[in-house]
Amino acid sequence: MSLQALTYLVVGASFALYIGIAIWSKAQNTGDFYVAGKGVHPIANGMATAADWMSAASFLSMAGLIAFLGYDGSVYLMGWTGGYVLLALLLAPYLRKFGKYTIPEFIGERYYSNTARIVAVICLIFISFTYVAGQMRGVGIVFSRFLNVDIGTGLTVGMTIVFFYAVLGGMKGITYTQVAQYCVLIFAYTVPAVFISLQVTGIAVPQIAFGSEISGGSTYLLEKLDQVVTDLGFAAYTSGTKSRIDVFCITAALMAGTAGLPHVLVRFFTVPKVRDARASAGWALLFIAILYTTAPAVASMARLNLTQTIQPGPVGAATGNLAYDERPQWFRNWEATGLLRFEDRNGDGRIQYYDDSNDDRRVQFEGYGWKGNELEVDNDIIVLANPEIANLPDWVIALVAAGGIAAALSTAAGLLLVISAAISHDILKGVLMPHISERRELLAGRIAAGVAIVVAGYLGYNPPGFVAQVVAFAFGLAAASLFPVILLGIFSVRMNKEGAIAGMLAGLIFTLGYILTFKGVFFPPLLDNTPDHWLFGISPEGIGFVGMLLNFGVAFSVSRVTAPPPVEVTQLVERIRVPR
Amino acid sequence: MSRQGDVRAYWRANLRLVGLCLAVWFLFSFGFGILLVEPLNRIQFGGFKLGFWFAQQGSIYIFLLLVVTYAWAMARLDRRYGVEED
Repeated sequence: MSLQALTYLVVGASFALYIGIAIWSKAQNTGDFYVAGKGVHPIANGMATAADWMSAASFLSMAGLIAFLGYDGSVYLMGWTGGYVLLALLLAPYLRKFGKYTIPEFIGERYYSNTARIVAVICLIFISFTYVAGQMRGVGIVFSRFLNVDIGTGLTVGMTIVFFYAVLGGMKGITYTQVAQYCVLIFAYTVPAVFISLQVTGIAVPQIAFGSEISGGSTYLLEKLDQVVTDLGFAAYTSGTKSRIDVFCITAALMAGTAGLPHVLVRFFTVPKVRDARASAGWALLFIAILYTTAPAVASMARLNLTQTIQPGPVGAATGNLAYDERPQWFRNWEATGLLRFEDRNGDGRIQYYDDSNDDRRVQFEGYGWKGNELEVDNDIIVLANPEIANLPDWVIALVAAGGIAAALSTAAGLLLVISAAISHDILKGVLMPHISERRELLAGRIAAGVAIVVAGYLGYNPPGFVAQVVAFAFGLAAASLFPVILLGIFSVRMNKEGAIAGMLAGLIFTLGYILTFKGVFFPPLLDNTPDHWLFGISPEGIGFVGMLLNFGVAFSVSRVTAPPPVEVTQLVERIRVPR
Repeated sequence: MSRQGDVRAYWRANLRLVGLCLAVWFLFSFGFGILLVEPLNRIQFGGFKLGFWFAQQGSIYIFLLLVVTYAWAMARLDRRYGVEED
């Protein structure tokens, strides 16, 4: 069977599975629709949370990012897992005890204010839409590369599937499809990783292969990699180029942002008990850690494979570089997508891939007759191209395609649900029409989910130039706006609505302002995005951490000079602190 | 002891546990993986430099251990202070 037919078969089978689950788990009432009737087993919720959380970015882009960043890529590994410690210890059990349907609802009741609730809805919608557009884009990339359909068709198919189970099944449908999607995506991620580990080191477990000697040699993988990349002028793989303070702040912003992401938080509303919420966070982190400890191993091996494919001989030797006419098939496949680009700058018919911005080595490289780096590699192809680079069987490639789609769809569905719940439950029922009947609220939720899917699809097809940039900043904004107010709402009885609203606005405006100053987004950047312009040397990616501290500071100060919260609210706080 | 007194003691015990867990969380990620990464990289750990290993592997294992320990320890606290769900 051809690769394409096989891919259609595997992806089609996974879709049939998701639709079957959707029909089986149709939502009957608003409780089912928003929080799956609070009857999800902690292990199932752990898997659903893992699939919800691991997006197209985790599945497709992260290993590629780490492959090119080396040590600096650790910010994503620690940031996107360490946040679960904050979530499990500081937020999840208490939000479950609160026992309602949405995050803005918690903020609105805890701060006895519809204004606070609406500010929270705005933060939530902004964070979720930027994120969901990225997922739709991921679906499009996988479809166009592996199924040879154009991105628009791919998006339409993906949207139809999500529409079916999100609108019909609500949170209940989403939860059980996410369990299936987790199984598909983790299998699709680990199988090629095991094959590649075997090829490179002869050891099957990627986490161990990562620290082992390469096959047929007595050098460690990482030692070899450091040497191979520094020979070509790149920074050593195991030491980064970012400043210490920037690595610190980016990691902290990603951690707090993870803990403040509404679609992840709301998953902990779906388990029966407080104890289950704590256990469920442990299961979720276990399921996530399987991918997150595999990713850096895959990254290092992919970087080594790629570098040695392009530079098979000694650096500087006339025949040391791969001749363009002899490039392998995967190279041609990815050139066709535009994600891999070659330009023969020195006209020698061979590919030079090196760091041409390294001033210390410029003279040396020019001495070889090299006239600049000739290869551009998009981060996103590392995971997708890996099975081809390593010559793995076709079914593995088909599996990776299905896994990429599962990762993107599961996250998209979770995000769409929190958007629809924010509209039907927080805005419509909470503020505009408090007396709406349950049936009509459910209908409104379904319509909102449908509209959100269409908007997300549109954004995926016509990504405003800034989507890719903004996705990373969604974390900074979540860290600077939602995370501190939820945390203070639980741990500080004295925190009042004035403090919370002032804190949220201060964190949001400061962080957004800083990002816009350097990234522009809607207008040309006001300052160059270089370390000498940054505040304390902190990049826009890490500024959410400072925004978070500012939020805490402002909230604390304002709350001390304004009236304490009413007695019902202090009772609410005391109630959510104990399981019974 | 009154229910109110119990609840206060329960909350203080919880805060102590959270504080301890977060101290470990900080030490292994921000401490060993970021602030102290250079001195630790002088120590070889199998095929890894130790600081690099903490940043890309070790810290994640510690996170998992922390979340599991916290869930277990809190279930015990719930029972000791009689606030567990039935």
